[in-house]
Amino acid sequence: MSTINEKITTEIRKVAKELLEKDEVAAFLGYTEGTVPMVMKPFVARRPEDVEKLFWNSFCVLNLANYLPLVLQSLEPPRRPNDPLPEGPLPRVGVLATGCWSRNMVVQIKENQIERERVIIVGISSRGMVDRKKVQAQVDHLEITEVIEEDHKLIVKGPGFTKEINRWDVVRDNCKSCVHPDPVIYDEVIGDFSGGRQVPKRFGDIQEIEDMDIEERWKWFQEEISSCIRCYACRNACPLCYCPTCFVDDSRPQWVGKSIDKTDTALFHILRAFHCAGRCTDCGACESACPMGIRMRLFTKKLYKDCMELYGFEPGLRIDEPLPLTTFKLEDPQDYILQQGQKGEEK
Amino acid sequence: MKPLALFKSELDGFLKELSRDYDIFGPKRQKKGYLDWGEIEGLSDLDLSPGVTKTSIKSFFLPQPEVLFEFSTRAREERAFRLKEPKCPDRKRVLFGVRPCDARSIYLNSMPYKDDCYFQKNIERNIVIGLFCKAHLSTCFCTWVGGSPTSTDGMDIGVYELEDSFIFLPFSQRGQEFLRDKGLREIGQKEEEQIDAYKNHAPEGISEGVDIAKEFSQKSLFDLYDARFWQEVTDPCLNCGTCTFLCPTCYCFDIQDEVLRGKGRRIRYWDSCMFPLFTLHASGHNPRGEKVKRVRNRFMHKLKYFPDRFGPISCVGCGRCVRDCPVSIDIRQVIRQFLEI
Repeated sequence: MSTINEKITTEIRKVAKELLEKDEVAAFLGYTEGTVPMVMKPFVARRPEDVEKLFWNSFCVLNLANYLPLVLQSLEPPRRPNDPLPEGPLPRVGVLATGCWSRNMVVQIKENQIERERVIIVGISSRGMVDRKKVQAQVDHLEITEVIEEDHKLIVKGPGFTKEINRWDVVRDNCKSCVHPDPVIYDEVIGDFSGGRQVPKRFGDIQEIEDMDIEERWKWFQEEISSCIRCYACRNACPLCYCPTCFVDDSRPQWVGKSIDKTDTALFHILRAFHCAGRCTDCGACESACPMGIRMRLFTKKLYKDCMELYGFEPGLRIDEPLPLTTFKLEDPQDYILQQGQKGEEK
Repeated sequence: MKPLALFKSELDGFLKELSRDYDIFGPKRQKKGYLDWGEIEGLSDLDLSPGVTKTSIKSFFLPQPEVLFEFSTRAREERAFRLKEPKCPDRKRVLFGVRPCDARSIYLNSMPYKDDCYFQKNIERNIVIGLFCKAHLSTCFCTWVGGSPTSTDGMDIGVYELEDSFIFLPFSQRGQEFLRDKGLREIGQKEEEQIDAYKNHAPEGISEGVDIAKEFSQKSLFDLYDARFWQEVTDPCLNCGTCTFLCPTCYCFDIQDEVLRGKGRRIRYWDSCMFPLFTLHASGHNPRGEKVKRVRNRFMHKLKYFPDRFGPISCVGCGRCVRDCPVSIDIRQVIRQFLEI
């Protein structure tokens, strides 16, 4: 057993219990154990006794910010769509937040999806979450029936084998290249903050793709999405995707075909990525949720890089900073705008 | 017909011979590491490791998408707006290495699709060669829901994998005819003994002698519908389509016309009760407008509505939804909760 996780779990339960008992919050959003190894289950504790079910380990890969709007809404008194909000303060929700999750909460606050006053953010510095697909690859995709996590290694068991894996070797790519593991907004803190991380090649994976020529890159993209079954787990795991009707679901007008036609699937992934530009915090929930192992995070990370290079902006770091795509500055780079007859060229 | 046998070393030749007349599909190791259906040309393509493939067998019977008919929208054309039957490929398909759970899904899906000409056409086109299980994964639970590692439901032919050979048994008229001229030898004495001793590594049943289909159909629909556990089951759900799209017995569809430059086709494609548009009415009303109602529908359909109407439970226990649900929602837990009602 990992002493680090054990400590954090105990702390989470203590904080959650206190918040629920003192009626500071009506619900507490955390994680509980799943029924298969390496999959954790987001969990809403509504009563103080529920907190015993809360757990923390390296497999908390989904972004809890994603659940916040719905949980908050579920606590409001029922009303019809056009009725005004009831007067007085509404019930609050406590929520765990690592660096990227808290940054997504900043984005949600700025985009009016949640109200700061209604969330009590319990910050945890992230040590990097583990990619279960990487663990599976380490044991040649044999069935894994048990995974015991220690502080720096995983002990993986299956029928007829036991293998020790170095934890850092199987940490998700987005976590390995993360420089903001500490929460940026929080009301309570669990454990110590790391003070930030240095990463040698933060955009190394993107650079590799940028270095391909156009044909090669298109081939890579098509190959990457070829197994997509259009289940939209990537979209639904994402805290940025909250449109009441997504463009892929809309049928009047129909923007994109609904089956698994190659062009339609490509369009879905490209548009999904662009909708996240300047908002995505590279939390990796999309990739972790994908049943088919598609690395769609690379598409959004390219836009993350562009946004940084073009506008010097990283999403969700500061609550008082304007959003790049709703702001215009005269000195913004404009060489992507083409004149008639001009040909777009790769830089 | 006596069981027929083939030495393992002969399988490659057998498949190559078959591929002259049939398109063969079977479990194949994919680039990303998991098993999934792929075209098989010889033994080297095939991977018969224990467990089910990533996606289910259903795309061969309920293709994603299925073209229902074609038409032209060019008013000047003589046959404009007249419906044309879609072209159907002549070559038959052999599905090799279909696990008993997947095969049983064909049998179960045939109930609601009994009179569906498209589904029936695909039944005719596909020859199902099953492969009985001698090992199971921790997510397998076929024995809970009326199946077993040696169930023959939905199979034309069933195959036992022995130490040095494969044993073929026909379970349909078509299967018998198929095996007749394939040059297989008669089963040997030793092999027969091996079949008898074929270790039945069945997943543990839910509880001795409990027929959950019967149990559930005796329970009150309203008690299950209003049960208290739905909120907790729903809380973590992302409402993505992973469970329904990987599930072999989720067969709901939507229909759409696709028209491009005067050429049109009407397609039937997979829908999912997890999606917000699933039951959206033209009026704007949606009887399943909230997440909890959609999640409840998925389980109620499989465990209550379907058995009430057709008898068996609409789940084959393949465990794909358990294995790949991003938030570990487990139908086995829901079944247990049903039993407590």
